[in-house]
Parts: sequence; C-alpha cells; structure tokens
Amino acid sequence: MTFDLIAQVELRDRSGAGCVAENGFCPDWIADNYERYIDPFFEHVLLTVVPVGIGFAIAFTLALMAHRRQWLVGPITGVTGALYTIPSVAFFFLLQPLTGLGNTTAIVALTCYTLLIIFRNVITGLRSVPADAKDAARGMGLTDNQMLWRVELPLAVPELLAGLRIATTTTVGLAALAFLAGAGGLGAELDRLPSFKSNVVVAGGLSVLLAAILDLMILTVQRLVTPWQRASA
Amino acid sequence: MNTTLAFLGQFGDAVEFIFKERDSVGGGVQVGGLGEIGELGWTHLKVSLVAMAVACAVSIPIGLYLGHKGRGEFLAISVSNVGRAVPAVVLLFFFLAYVGNGFRNVALVLILLAIPPILTNTYVGTRQVDREVVDAARGMGMSGAQIVRRVRLPLAMPTIFAGIRTSAVSVLATATIGPYANLQTLGEPILSPQTYGFSGGLGAAIVVAFMTLVADAGIGLTQQAVTPKGIKLAEGPRRQRVRLGLPTRRREAAA
Repeated sequence: MTFDLIAQVELRDRSGAGCVAENGFCPDWIADNYERYIDPFFEHVLLTVVPVGIGFAIAFTLALMAHRRQWLVGPITGVTGALYTIPSVAFFFLLQPLTGLGNTTAIVALTCYTLLIIFRNVITGLRSVPADAKDAARGMGLTDNQMLWRVELPLAVPELLAGLRIATTTTVGLAALAFLAGAGGLGAELDRLPSFKSNVVVAGGLSVLLAAILDLMILTVQRLVTPWQRASA
Repeated sequence: MNTTLAFLGQFGDAVEFIFKERDSVGGGVQVGGLGEIGELGWTHLKVSLVAMAVACAVSIPIGLYLGHKGRGEFLAISVSNVGRAVPAVVLLFFFLAYVGNGFRNVALVLILLAIPPILTNTYVGTRQVDREVVDAARGMGMSGAQIVRRVRLPLAMPTIFAGIRTSAVSVLATATIGPYANLQTLGEPILSPQTYGFSGGLGAAIVVAFMTLVADAGIGLTQQAVTPKGIKLAEGPRRQRVRLGLPTRRREAAA
C-alpha cells in the first residue's frame, strides 16, 4: 500500500516549489527538515527499549516463579491479560493522576503491555522442552536449578526471543501514542502536522523502520545463540 | 497523604464528569454527562462493530479456504507480521493525510487492523484439525464444503474466536483516536483537554477501558460457549496447541 502511495505522489512532485503549499510528498522539504526527526527518533528508541527491558526482567522473573509453581500461571496470565486489554490511549490517561505527565507514565504503561507477551512465551518455551532432555539431565545428576539454567532455559530461548520480538514491535507501535502522556517520540511529530503528507510519511515511516531494525537485531541474536537450530534446519 | 487524596479527587472528578454535565473549560458549552458520553460511546461502538463485521466477513472465509486447501501459508502468516509492524496510529495518520476524514475512513483503518489476527487464527485453527478427523469425514462421504462447515469450522471455533477477541480489543482501543479523523468517538474528551479538561479525558479513559474489558470478557465467554464439548474434554493440561508466536488472548486451560 505504501508503495502505491509513494508512486502516486511522485507524479505530482514534478511541480517542485509549490509542493509544501500543495501538501504533496516533498523530498526537498524532508531533506531540509530531517533534523527535526532525529531527537524524536531517539526518544522513540528509548520509549521502546526501556519498557521492553523492564518488562522482560519482570515477566522473566514471574515466569520462573510460575514454572516451579504451576498454579501461578492462571492468575498471572489473568492480571497481565487485563493490563494488556486496557487501551493505550486510556492507559496513558489513567496513570497521570499517579505519575504525572512525562516519560514515567509512558514507560510504566508500555512496560505493562509487554508483560503478557513475554510471560506467555517464556512459559510456553519452558513447557515445550522435550521430556527426554529433562530425563537425561536428571539422569546425569543435575539439580533443579542446574536443569533450569543449563537445559530448560537454553532450549526455551527460541520461544523466549520470539516473545521479545513481538513485544518490541508492539511497543514501537504503542510508543507512537506516548505523546499523549507527554513523552514525545515520533508520535509527537505526527501529532504536530497530522495532515501534512511529507511529515506523516517520514514520522510514520521511521517508526515502521525502527520496528523492522529492532526485530532484525533480535532475530540475529537468536541465530547466534541457538546454533543447533540452524544445524537442523 | 496529600497526594493520595488528590489522586482520589481526580478520579472522583472524572467519574462525576461521566454522569453529570458541566461547563466546558473555556465556558459557554455544556460538556460531559451521560448524554454526551452515551453519544460518543455509541459512535465509538458503531464504528468498531462495522469494522469487526466487515473484517470477519472478509477474513474468516479466506482463512477457512486457505486452511482447508493447505495453501497460502506464507500469506496467512506474513499478513499478521506486517500488521504488527505497521502501528494503528501510523496507519490512521496515513489515511488522514492521503485519503481523508470521516466515519468511512476510520472504519477502513479499523478493518485493516482487525483482519490480520482473525485471518491468521482462522487459517491456523482450520489447518491444525487432525488429518485423521478429516479423513474420517471424507470416508463418511462428506463433500469438501461439508467438511469445512461441519468438521473444520467447529473444531477451529476456539482459535477463530481468540483472533476475534484480539481484533475487537485493538479495534475498540484504536477507535479512541478517531477524533483525529474528525469522528467524534470517546477519544474526543481525551484528545481535546482544552474543552473537556483533564477530568473529562480521565472520565472518557475510564469508559473506554471499561468497554474494552467488557468486550474482552464477553467474547471470552462466547468463545467458551462455541467450543465443542470434545475439545474441552481433550484439552488436558498437557495439550499443545500450534503457536506461531501470536499472543492469542486465550487463557491457558488449567495446567
């Protein structure tokens, strides 16, 4: 769809100078104004990486707890599921009486959204460890802890990183609304000139690009840390 | 102590906004109250329902067909990956700048948003029906269409509904930014603090959150109701479902 639009506007672009006034897609304007996107872009990176990092730490801990005590899975899924259901626009508002306007509100809300995704994937990963592998580990005399860190978790890595990828792309998208919590990011640029095509293409395009880059980075990590998967593929 | 009270006060004020009219921040106009909230809520609901209906009508048949034929796996799966990479807000702003305002355009954005989870889940649900079950049905003399309608569809129901649930929640959430496209949904008080004030925004946020949680729970119950008895019985703690890394909202059964 995007390509369609770009092709469509390139035709119009020949008109040159009146481009901005005509609200076309203006490469010249973008070349002159690219600087205004640099700071928001890095704010956006921060608004993605920090929540995913904190969310991972919390969800991973919860998953390890629930792995030992399976009855915890239900309640934790329920609570994180409810948090995941609250619309982001509403969430950014509901938190403001507590945390005020700014980064804190955005980061708290965005962190909440990552919990369900990561928790669920870690649990699924741990559950899908083949019973044979666990039996063998047990037979070699590994303790519960050794088994967790040396057998179960390494085998759960692909599923775990799959969760991290979903959480990251989702957070990039949700962070585009973080400006409602006063946290800036690329969404704030969208909001500043919402109907100017060049602006929407650059700000929106950058957020899609960011999602793609982060996704590829995690995918690369996954390839590197799970060599056995490549061998079998 | 003081902060605690202030915090309760803001929420109290927000709840009052939902039920009682008041002067707008700039004065002159009456805002809030059940009348206005109801009107905004109705638009919100209407655009969401239209989008969900169209999205279901488009993606369930395609998903069933592809799943039955075992074709188009790449399409069914990559649609959901692309869907996740293009955020709803960005999509809405694209539409705003290139297509225009209004109910129809917001509905279109929401439809595009709702299709991927339903399509992927229908495909996966249809695909994962046991080969043997399908063979048995064929052996009984069922035609392709009968197999889809009477075997694959019922068995895929829980997965399809999980997709509908995911979509419905994100559609209701995204309808909140409708006012950017000139559609007065419940996002209006949230996005226009200069008229509605902070408590107006907070009040609307409470209503939106409540609506989403109710829809989520409602569809969850429907999902339970349409799950064939056989599946409920078979769903022991160890049952493994096909996962494609999608956060289906389905609660893990027991375990």
